[in-house]
Amino acid sequence: MTIRVGVEVSIALADAVKLCNADVIAAYPITPQTHIVEHLAELVANGELDAEYVPVESEHSAMSACLGSSAMGARTFTATSSQGLALMNEVLWVASGMRLPIVMAVANRALSSPLSIWGDHSDVMSVRDTGWIQIFVENGQQAVDNTICAFRIAEDNRVLLPTMVHLDGFNLTHVIEPMVMPEESAVAQFLPPLKFPLPLNPDKPVAMGDFGPPAIFTEAKWAQEVNIEASKKVILEVWDEFYKAFGRRYLPVEKYRTEGAKTLILTMGSFSETASLAIDELRSEGNDVGQISLRLWRPFPFDELRQAVKEADTLVVLDRALSVGGPAGPVASEIKSAFYNMAKKPKVVSFVGGLGGRDITVNAFKDIIQKGIDIARTGTKNEYEFYGVRE
Amino acid sequence: MAKSESEMTWKDLEIGCICTEPGSASQYQSGGWRSQRPTYNFERCIKCGLCSMYCPEGCIHQNKDGYFEADLYYCKGCGICAKECWTKVIKMVEEEEK
Repeated sequence: MTIRVGVEVSIALADAVKLCNADVIAAYPITPQTHIVEHLAELVANGELDAEYVPVESEHSAMSACLGSSAMGARTFTATSSQGLALMNEVLWVASGMRLPIVMAVANRALSSPLSIWGDHSDVMSVRDTGWIQIFVENGQQAVDNTICAFRIAEDNRVLLPTMVHLDGFNLTHVIEPMVMPEESAVAQFLPPLKFPLPLNPDKPVAMGDFGPPAIFTEAKWAQEVNIEASKKVILEVWDEFYKAFGRRYLPVEKYRTEGAKTLILTMGSFSETASLAIDELRSEGNDVGQISLRLWRPFPFDELRQAVKEADTLVVLDRALSVGGPAGPVASEIKSAFYNMAKKPKVVSFVGGLGGRDITVNAFKDIIQKGIDIARTGTKNEYEFYGVRE
Repeated sequence: MAKSESEMTWKDLEIGCICTEPGSASQYQSGGWRSQRPTYNFERCIKCGLCSMYCPEGCIHQNKDGYFEADLYYCKGCGICAKECWTKVIKMVEEEEK
């Protein structure tokens, strides 16, 4: 029997890691991710989770310890945020290049300076090209569900790639939400034990993370690219099986009230739910607007995105990160390039806002959508609109 | 190794470029990096072996007469052996010199 319980999202996510029976957790606390790893430390200390908890001295060490444990074939989890993710950066590339199926929750938060503990997507965008599968969630239930799915995806022997689950700092990590925690037996059935094909093993020695001379580096990178592109098929399979087992469906591009919509708003993470309320109000006022959001950030869902916008004239994109000195928000840039060679494509109006914990309310979303429609009609000299700045 | 590294396609690589032949790094000819090579005047050599201890490549071994000599397949030509040799046995010369 499944019951709905009110629980803090960080705690629920840690409980999901316990349901997945992780073998090793190597982590360093950082706001707003701390509650996740604190609760995991409690679970291990109390004997509720039979895992090795490695309290490391930095995030660089956390990810390095994860490399080792994952290479042994141990189910490995960590979590971080912002500066911690930035400190891990070089090791993230190693994890994906070595095909180690580590799962990491990222409590999305701004990068300093000025120092900010509050939410935006600057940290995510700084690790865009690290070769990890990256999934965005919009609420606590999705965070729990996709943590479970992340292990199954990452560890599938057709995939074997590290996977990040992005959840907004504070807006998700620190809220209490009614959630359905999956049954342990159902998760055990859904998630088979990890069988890493070539683990570190003294009886059958292998070397990992060797250097790749110019004669093979190109081949290694192409193998990685083919692999992550092929992972999408498995991601879809896993989400489909999750739906059959648990009744909640996830898609690479999520749609909300898109039928007949000429204007679409796209944003990612928890703000999507606020944007949905704005869509409801605009719809009830007779506007033909709808919403899409990218659940899957890597591998980028080109086909699903193009399909989702084919009836629309305008796509308004709200980025919660700024590419300083660049063309637009990072998400809008990628969407524009995905559309560039399409014969019929919507106009893309790029907004950057919601930085460093600045809220964007339902009314602000209505304002953004209306401004987007106006800009699409009249044109603009701006590469993007910087929303909400006081002049 | 079935194929040389310059013949391997991306499909030939193990997942994550895992190397399943331990010790295969010994096939890598780091001697190709060299621009200078060590030459020896063994008349001065007291066979102390100091050069082999300092060699960062670990490629200096005793030859059949007991003298210490670099394996040029691996020697990168750094010249540390020549610098450390206290009886001045070793002289570095440019590769193009005879």
